[in-house]
Amino acid sequence: MKLWTEFSKGFFKENAVFVLLLGMCPTLAVTGSAINGLGMGLATTAVLVGSNLVISLLKRWIPDKVRIPVFIVVIASFVTIIDLSMAAYVPDLHKALGIFIPLIVVNCVILGRAEAFASKRGVMESLVDGLGMGLGFAFALTLLGSLREILGAGSLFGWSFLPEGSTTILLFILSPGAFITLGFLIALINVMRRRFA
Amino acid sequence: MAERKKLPSTFFNMVAVLTLVCVVSALALGFTYSRTKDAIAQGKINKIIEALKIVLPEFDNNPYEEKYTLESAPGLIFYPALRDGKPVGTAVETFSSQGFGSEDIRLMVGFDVSGRIISVSVLGQAETPGLGTKMEEPSFRAQFKDKDPANFKVAVKKDGGDVDAITAATISSRAFCDGVNKAYTALRQETVR
Repeated sequence: MKLWTEFSKGFFKENAVFVLLLGMCPTLAVTGSAINGLGMGLATTAVLVGSNLVISLLKRWIPDKVRIPVFIVVIASFVTIIDLSMAAYVPDLHKALGIFIPLIVVNCVILGRAEAFASKRGVMESLVDGLGMGLGFAFALTLLGSLREILGAGSLFGWSFLPEGSTTILLFILSPGAFITLGFLIALINVMRRRFA
Repeated sequence: MAERKKLPSTFFNMVAVLTLVCVVSALALGFTYSRTKDAIAQGKINKIIEALKIVLPEFDNNPYEEKYTLESAPGLIFYPALRDGKPVGTAVETFSSQGFGSEDIRLMVGFDVSGRIISVSVLGQAETPGLGTKMEEPSFRAQFKDKDPANFKVAVKKDGGDVDAITAATISSRAFCDGVNKAYTALRQETVR
């Protein structure tokens, strides 16, 4: 039951994107399409689960004064492993996400979870926390990407539902559309939180 | 299990732990690199071979192995196609840095022996999703099929050419034309010589 709380908080109560407003850079930059959002979200989840697991295992052996450098080395290693694996096995997605895969290193969701959670809690809890926060992040990015793709390109996951040559709201594909969509989603989540709280 | 004490932050502990963590990370990275290196390289080659099959007429040689470059056309790679020992066309790997994205648009353009474009395939691009990325869709690329750049001006209509630009992606369309033109010019110079 307790583990379930740690897992589910990442989706709604403490969602990294909608509630904590962490990791905004990849959130705004790569969500031009649903598949990019999902790919980025899953890559981040993989890194988060890996770094949370390793850091919670090592926490007793990490001297306090060098904890941040140790966290960064662990996180950067996982990111590079994911980066190389994606380049080898899903080259098209890897190309589409470009520089934002290496930049997962500086995603504050990951360092934040390492510092605030994994370095203080048990292995199992940290694993579940990483999975929940990561999938919550992926969910938020996919939602944002889907909305922008539907409104801006008239398609979803690359599957077009509008006839050839129809006019779409291009603004949503461009950078301002990311801010506008995110703003409305955060407002919506806030209203829902108030109603259910 | 009782709460055990953390390792104290003495100079020796800090150096030892950081060194150890870095060494283990380096080993993990080296292992991943050696496991993925071949797959990454093979993926790039496969993409080029796929593109060659699309843009060239049927061939029975190995254009990838017989590729060549020209000093007069830096950055362009030529892939000759032969059938029964006779040339049937050439594919040109070309690029344009005038796109909207952060990296070059890379194209594979296939020409038959008379210099007509057979087809164009996109090898790589980083244009705006939903706008410039539409250059990969057949509807845009179909305009170039079976056209001879000698009497089909490869430029968007805004610039007085014959190509319908992608809606709201004139810059990407322009860059696409730039890449095709580069390939055509280089190939014609070569055949004249």
